[in-house]
Amino acid sequence: MDVLLIHLLNSLLYASVLFLIAGGLSLIYGVMRIVNLAHGNVYAFGAYVTAWVIGSVVAGASMPVWLALLPVGAVATAILGAVLEPTLLRPFYKRAEEYQLLCTFGLLMILEDVMRLFWGPYPLSASALFESFGSVTVGESIYPTYNFLVIGVGAAAAIFLWAFIYRTKFGVVLRATSQNMRMASALGVNVNRVYVEAFTLGCFMAGLGGAIIVPSQSAVLGMGVDALVLSFIVVVIGGLGSLEGALVGAIIVGFVREAGITWFAERP
Amino acid sequence: MSAPVPAFRPTASSARALRVAVPIAVLLALVPLVLPPYGAILLAYGLVMAIGALGFNLLLGYTGLLSFGHSAYFGVGAYAVALMVKYLKVGSMELFLIGAIVASVLVTALFGVVCVRYTTIFFGILTLALSQVLWSLAFKFFWVTGGTDGLRVPTPSLFGGLVTGTGDKTVFMSHAYYYYVLIVFGLCVALMWVIVNSPFGMALQAIRDNETRAEFVGVRIWRYRWVAFLVSGVFTGLAGALWVPLNGLTTPDIMHWTFSGEIVFMTVLGGFRSFAGPIIGAVVFNYLKTYAVGYTVYWQLLLGAVLVGLVLSLPTGIVGTAGRLLARLQGRH
Repeated sequence: MDVLLIHLLNSLLYASVLFLIAGGLSLIYGVMRIVNLAHGNVYAFGAYVTAWVIGSVVAGASMPVWLALLPVGAVATAILGAVLEPTLLRPFYKRAEEYQLLCTFGLLMILEDVMRLFWGPYPLSASALFESFGSVTVGESIYPTYNFLVIGVGAAAAIFLWAFIYRTKFGVVLRATSQNMRMASALGVNVNRVYVEAFTLGCFMAGLGGAIIVPSQSAVLGMGVDALVLSFIVVVIGGLGSLEGALVGAIIVGFVREAGITWFAERP
Repeated sequence: MSAPVPAFRPTASSARALRVAVPIAVLLALVPLVLPPYGAILLAYGLVMAIGALGFNLLLGYTGLLSFGHSAYFGVGAYAVALMVKYLKVGSMELFLIGAIVASVLVTALFGVVCVRYTTIFFGILTLALSQVLWSLAFKFFWVTGGTDGLRVPTPSLFGGLVTGTGDKTVFMSHAYYYYVLIVFGLCVALMWVIVNSPFGMALQAIRDNETRAEFVGVRIWRYRWVAFLVSGVFTGLAGALWVPLNGLTTPDIMHWTFSGEIVFMTVLGGFRSFAGPIIGAVVFNYLKTYAVGYTVYWQLLLGAVLVGLVLSLPTGIVGTAGRLLARLQGRH
């Protein structure tokens, strides 16, 4: 029973991070009809910034400071998104979809090396925060307390996003733009601004995913490319452009992955 | 956005193509005699990739489907050869090529059934996802595939054992194997030329330009796309088989989807709206990557910037841009 509970928690942990990444990807596609191949690297960027701040810049501080600085990676990726959308992606909305994929693939290569340039080829860790939380006993096993925080952030992000998109004026504008960009534009919506905001929000989510998971793992090169493929699986299950789909898809992938690791373990 | 396809005049356009192709073939045949061995081997890599990109462009340029999973078929060709060496102790290049073709036909036929139901971005994502399945198989089943260490492939014997690489490997690769690659390359280019100028090729272009109209004319879209997918994958698989002996080693890296991105990159670099585009793009990309890797550890940054700049400013690639410049020069006279 305890073992099952641990598996359940692990699945939810993984699903939370996946939801944040895939939800951002799906949101960006839903509003702007762009599949951002660099999205995984945006997530990795968030992880790197947080790991760098917590692990190096304020390494001597204590837990509350670290916790307060945890979202810094998400904020950094949001700024990155706000810069990238108008400069690199805007010229591609009117052109064939192939060019968008190519441009974001180029962006993927650039971001991968920018991270190598800034933070070197070695893994960057922020494990002090993870360890400072300690662990709780679940039946006969112990489980890291920090993982509950990750699950909590994932759940909070899902609720917050739902409220944001279905209960605020901005959400109405966002949904209107995604359904019919021309009509929204004719009704006085500043489509360019909505696009910047949607892309920034999507990047913020991915960055948040990277930021909250990095203390329990570490930031490594190539983590973005792997995450992208997994979030593709999530959005293919849930339907590209649907946030609810991303949530369901992330939970399914989280459970399937945990089951796969448990029952189809790698041959030693 | 696509330019109107000119009416097909087989004799005229094929004759013109031959007038361009023959001098280039002669020049390519002279390369091992003029350039140092390294230059010839580098060009052989470029020609091998050109076969792969040529196959890829049947989908992108002629059928209008952007595949982000062609590394899978390249890898299937390469691993087919490596596994033939490991389990069947085969050493003949001809058998390698046949094995690679059979393996890539099987895999692309299966993947094609799944993928060609979709178009645009969904096609791209699906091909990417399927190629990642093969990548993880090559990565995880290390007792078969060697895992990250990959599989070694020794120098094969060419032309049914007439030419063997018992001597210096560099000399063999830069002469005998270079000519072997050149011959296969020439055959592939000729075959692809026939394919894209056949009624089948015309039907593919009709599907690309307007799916609905093509369907009303009576083109069976699903089947044509599937055959195009098959042919495209087999060309790329053949490139993989030729690449392995040249490289001496195959690793799962060539199955990873970022390698598919490189295939897309070279095709766009050359220009996917023309027949010669992927060939020129692959050769140029090969030099570009070799020098970028030698010049800086941040070669991805360099290549990424080139790619972004390319799609922003020169979407028609090298061939399209050169053609436009040429037309402007001729207009001035």
